[in-house]
Amino acid sequence: MKVKVGKKILSANEQYAEQNRRFFAERRILCLNMISSPGSGKTSILTRTINELKGKVKIGVIEGDIQTDYDAQRIKATGADVVQINTEGACHLSAAQVSGALEKLPVSKLEVIFIENVGNLVCPSAFELGESGKTAVLSVAEGDDKPAKYPALFAKSKVLLINKIDLLSLGAAIDFDIEKVKSEVHRLNKKIEIFSVSAKTGEGYDGWCHWLAEQAKKTNATNCK
Amino acid sequence: MHELSVAQNLLATISAETAKQKSRPIRAKISCGILNAINDELLTEALGAISKGTSCEGIGLEIEHKPMRGLCKKCGQEFDVDFSKCCCASCGSIDFKLLEDAPLILEEIEFETG
Repeated sequence: MKVKVGKKILSANEQYAEQNRRFFAERRILCLNMISSPGSGKTSILTRTINELKGKVKIGVIEGDIQTDYDAQRIKATGADVVQINTEGACHLSAAQVSGALEKLPVSKLEVIFIENVGNLVCPSAFELGESGKTAVLSVAEGDDKPAKYPALFAKSKVLLINKIDLLSLGAAIDFDIEKVKSEVHRLNKKIEIFSVSAKTGEGYDGWCHWLAEQAKKTNATNCK
Repeated sequence: MHELSVAQNLLATISAETAKQKSRPIRAKISCGILNAINDELLTEALGAISKGTSCEGIGLEIEHKPMRGLCKKCGQEFDVDFSKCCCASCGSIDFKLLEDAPLILEEIEFETG
């Protein structure tokens, strides 16, 4: 006997994501869900961004890692508020985990919350957390074929940071065609903003930080109460 | 390997439906979009492992993958997007818009009869 069901399998996660989305909207907080491979420089991007925007934009961070609070310690050293989630083996954060973390952040004084997801180019992009947008990070050392090989993240993201561009000076040793990446990503996603940066040297940070501050301002000005 | 989380949610959804029937579920059919990034073998294995000892033990799984649909802004045709080419399947234009990806859906459950 066959029974038609037609139910969303991830509805439990979606309910939490919706709850988070309302939470951010009511408080006019911009929330960016940062996704990339391990080692692309998510935490380094965040620490420099927090430092560059000190006194201008109030940023808080939710750190997702399988184990350790190494990343949270690095964020804490900047003076920003941070909450660490350890997934104990899971390869992505869930919306319920983010809900729990939000209770521990001093949200009333924050304008932007970054969620640094578990380092993984595939799984995190399948789970909505209630974010305002996804921030993809791709470092030049990973190769310029990643948007074609892992289209999901690039198709869904609001912004892409191409990181470690200081390594491009190594020339053939890196072999990363930045223009090819930009055009392939634009084919997947017409609306995506792309910034080429180096979290190490600060190159490209003017454009990225300006955009982020503008987005935070825009979110703060929306009348959604 | 987010298939384990998907399997846990799937098992909960199947179990809720099974509780309404007085019979054992034999097979479930699900559908998903490409952006769900589901690997069939991993999801089947994960569901098999976590359903042991439950009312759903031994359940078979059929997975239908729905292609990503695109809408060409030049010729107006809807088409299945091939990510390796990323252009309109009818006219070849690269000016198209990605339509909403299919969500993960539990379509149907087959129960033992008699």
